[in-house]
Amino acid sequence: MENKVLMKGNEAIAEAAIRAGCRHYFGYPITPQTELAAYMAKRMPKINGTFLQAESEIAAINMVYGVAGTGKRVMTSSSSPGISLKQEGISYIAGSDLPCLIVNVQRGGPGLGGIQPSQSDYFQATKGGGHGDYHLIVLAPSSVQEMADLTALGFDLADKYRMPAMLLADGTIGQMMEPVVLAEEKEISKVNKPWAVTGTEMKREHNIINSLYLAPDELEQKNFERYEKYKVVEENEARYESFMMEDAEYCVVAFGIAARVSKNAVVAARKQGIKVGLIRPITLWPFPKKAIADAASKVKGFLSVELSTGQMIEDIKLAENCKVPVELCCRVGGMIMSPDEVLGSIKKLMGGAK
Amino acid sequence: MTTEILIAGFGGQGILFAGKFLANKGLLEGRNLSWLPSYGPEMRGGTANCSVVLSDDPIGSPIVTNPDVLIVMNLPSLDKYENAVKTGGTIFVDSTLIKRKVNRTDVNVCYIPATALAQQNDMPTLANMIMIGKVIGECQVVKMDGMEDAVNKIVSARHAALKEINLKALKIGNDYKE
Repeated sequence: MENKVLMKGNEAIAEAAIRAGCRHYFGYPITPQTELAAYMAKRMPKINGTFLQAESEIAAINMVYGVAGTGKRVMTSSSSPGISLKQEGISYIAGSDLPCLIVNVQRGGPGLGGIQPSQSDYFQATKGGGHGDYHLIVLAPSSVQEMADLTALGFDLADKYRMPAMLLADGTIGQMMEPVVLAEEKEISKVNKPWAVTGTEMKREHNIINSLYLAPDELEQKNFERYEKYKVVEENEARYESFMMEDAEYCVVAFGIAARVSKNAVVAARKQGIKVGLIRPITLWPFPKKAIADAASKVKGFLSVELSTGQMIEDIKLAENCKVPVELCCRVGGMIMSPDEVLGSIKKLMGGAK
Repeated sequence: MTTEILIAGFGGQGILFAGKFLANKGLLEGRNLSWLPSYGPEMRGGTANCSVVLSDDPIGSPIVTNPDVLIVMNLPSLDKYENAVKTGGTIFVDSTLIKRKVNRTDVNVCYIPATALAQQNDMPTLANMIMIGKVIGECQVVKMDGMEDAVNKIVSARHAALKEINLKALKIGNDYKE
């Protein structure tokens, strides 16, 4: 038997980050992600790493900015209101083309909102969040196993493309325990980082980490170069899971905890003879547009199931390009839909779709 | 087979701990499982609940809305979840703390004076494990053998002295006859 351990999602992120070679964590406590920081506080001093509880989220993200410039694997974590505070720093990190991992274990908003699970930071995560033209690689775990696996993937992709990655989880996946198989601690893949500021030893030119370009033509050039890179990411890194889609006439699209609930609904619908399947985006940016577009030529309608008043549904509509109706099944503010509610929405979609 | 379990009571009664025991027992049996606590402002005296799903198949939603097995250790929890239990499911009631009877007639009901039994046996904080002992005896949600290994998993080495008494509590619940 594989070596399965029982862990909370938040703890799995922390352990997976350490095993992926992250030795620098900066954060500030907030429910429902605090177990992650607590785990780091316990482990980092024992493995010669840095755990630092900053005076604020803003300070923490700027510490991440600093370490990221040296090319070391570095991360921070928070929940929705704390992630809002980090946006300025995230924009600077993106504008300086630095890799790092930012974890958002989402809770209900806006404002201080509540502490129960939510997915209402989808726009913030996938459409910018901070100012300027930039993207994050956004990964959406749906199980404790994926909390671990996508943490490692986030670090790898961030290094590969020299851009920040975000793990967009929610309070449920963060708080729940499931068996998880943790990857062996690996030698950090030796991505060459000639850009890192590690000391010149008087042998090379200074490296400069910067996001300030006062000459507009130079800044334009930087933005275009970055968008060329984003195109490559969109082409190569979109990930999703397809469930019972082979003969599906209707397609549910959901990520994270909403996908778990939707899976139950799809299984229940199948028992009633309804041909429905599920596409679960694993990357939210890049969004699995092709999978949705392919499905659009086969199904009679889409149902977006999300814990927001309808954010991902916009990306579904862009991808399916008005071919078939797209309906929404949502709960917000920390409430979670039941499989029965999703099933009801599937039936409603069937009634409306021709 | 999939069993959905909901455990509910006051914070401080060991509701989450009881769920963790079942989850660890399931893990040792090589089953699929999920454990989801209510989290946040629940402190001693507030309400606490946790969802445990044990299955031979991959688990979809970890949120239990219609349990096969409901374990309640205070009246508000029985009031709140009684109607949610699946037809043919089982409700376990701590009858020391909950004076009323279950109204439904389409479910099985076990009344266990777990809190009184815990006090009589000089283990006042282990009514939760007495309940679990009874649940395992009645519903076989997990196997009877290998209890000790599961207790070892959730009682840390620092509290090794508490292992015996947890096992004893499980046995008291298991042996209890209405």
